[in-house]
Amino acid sequence: MTEFYGYGRQDGSVGVRNHLLVIAPIDCSYEPAKKIAAQVEGAVAVTQYHGCGNDPVLAHNLVGTGLNPNVAAVLIVGLGCETLTADIVADGIRPSGKPVERLVIQEEGGTLKTQEKAIRILQRWAQEVAEFRPEPFPVSRLTLAVECGGSDATSGLSANPAVGVACDKLIDEGGTVIFSEPQEMIGTQHILARRALSKQAADDIYTMIDRDEARLKAVGVDSRWMSAGNIDGGLTTIEEKSLGAIRKGGTKPVQGVLWNDWDRFDRPTRPGLWLQDGTGWDVPSVTHMVAAGTQVVCFTSGQGSTTGHAVAPVIKITGNPVTYAQMEDNMDINAGTILDGSESLNSVGERIYRTIIETASGKKTKAEALGFKDFIVFCRSRAAEHMLGHC
Amino acid sequence: MGNKAIQIDERDNVATVTGDVNAGEQLEVIGSDGGVIFKLKVSETIPFGHKLAIRPIKKGEAILKYGEIIGVASKPIPAGAWVHIHNVGSARLPSRGREEGIL
Repeated sequence: MTEFYGYGRQDGSVGVRNHLLVIAPIDCSYEPAKKIAAQVEGAVAVTQYHGCGNDPVLAHNLVGTGLNPNVAAVLIVGLGCETLTADIVADGIRPSGKPVERLVIQEEGGTLKTQEKAIRILQRWAQEVAEFRPEPFPVSRLTLAVECGGSDATSGLSANPAVGVACDKLIDEGGTVIFSEPQEMIGTQHILARRALSKQAADDIYTMIDRDEARLKAVGVDSRWMSAGNIDGGLTTIEEKSLGAIRKGGTKPVQGVLWNDWDRFDRPTRPGLWLQDGTGWDVPSVTHMVAAGTQVVCFTSGQGSTTGHAVAPVIKITGNPVTYAQMEDNMDINAGTILDGSESLNSVGERIYRTIIETASGKKTKAEALGFKDFIVFCRSRAAEHMLGHC
Repeated sequence: MGNKAIQIDERDNVATVTGDVNAGEQLEVIGSDGGVIFKLKVSETIPFGHKLAIRPIKKGEAILKYGEIIGVASKPIPAGAWVHIHNVGSARLPSRGREEGIL
């Protein structure tokens, strides 16, 4: 059984980093929260830009990020008049057993007084987590998220199939994989449903993907047909295009759909492959999978996406050798060797798997070393979802 | 450097070319373990990222890629021929495309 080095948490989860997370539940407190985090090594501040109402989607994704095992401690900095309060977020994270503190600017009497208390708390935590030492754990304790963005003709040919090989290996060893972007699954509903392990999972797969088709149709986009760019690039049918996308998750049976909406926020309840309902928009898609417990992310990109994530290391893989050569500063793995024949699909898959283990065990990805802390919470329009009959 | 065509799954009856290929070229079809499965002469020009048939495909037969049906042949396709919207339609949807002014 392959092992990685990680940090055991009180709730039984295993983290691969020790981030100190500062959550501004609403944008109003984000400026002070950012400045607070900037003053302490290892601290990162995040927020959401959908307003200060107590929207469950916003709460679930912020709480989920705080619960992520890569987060060692959480400080919530609220303003004071929001309905999505610091206490709502704190109460959601406290059951994990990790240190959680909250400060409210209007209670403290302004941002400067808040900053002083906040930095003192974070400084203490920074010194505590520096004493943590990683221990070996089996890879069955790992959850990997897979994303594709900035795709090109090589994505479905080299990068995604190679990542799929790594996903299959992780699942064979008892690990968990999540992928999302339902609009990139259009045309493969029947294939994914056939791989589902229960009727509920199969029904959820159809529901999730059919709803994304309906959303596109509502704005006049017929998702069944492809762009001229897709066709010129060699994609013949939407099934082929989406099969190239879903290949990044490997070939294993589908355990179920992880919903992420106003009624529920699901996390994987057993090992294996899971599909998360989400968006095709890169940074939020990754953010939502990390909120569901992902420790490491594999992100394929033919054209060269450079994003990272605030609390999970993002391994960038390109299947385009030209992109790798031009953007080596931001690309961790060159899967383009499959195209020039210098490496087989299977051996690149093995290399990706080893990189996942190494990254979990502490190796920094290029985005991580550059300090890219991307984080975006996405929330659909509840009114539109209601009008579409989705809720 | 010789061009190759990748067969992603062993059930596939098409392979995807890794560079622009000219008519008459000899091409190696490789599998996921990197091994050469066989060599094939290409009967027409095929651009990078596009597919060719690695065995003869009958009209109405399924086109298999990633081990799944990606479409159905709308004409008979000889081995080595280019496989794309001119001879394949979606298996799930009516066959429409750029030639009908949809895109």
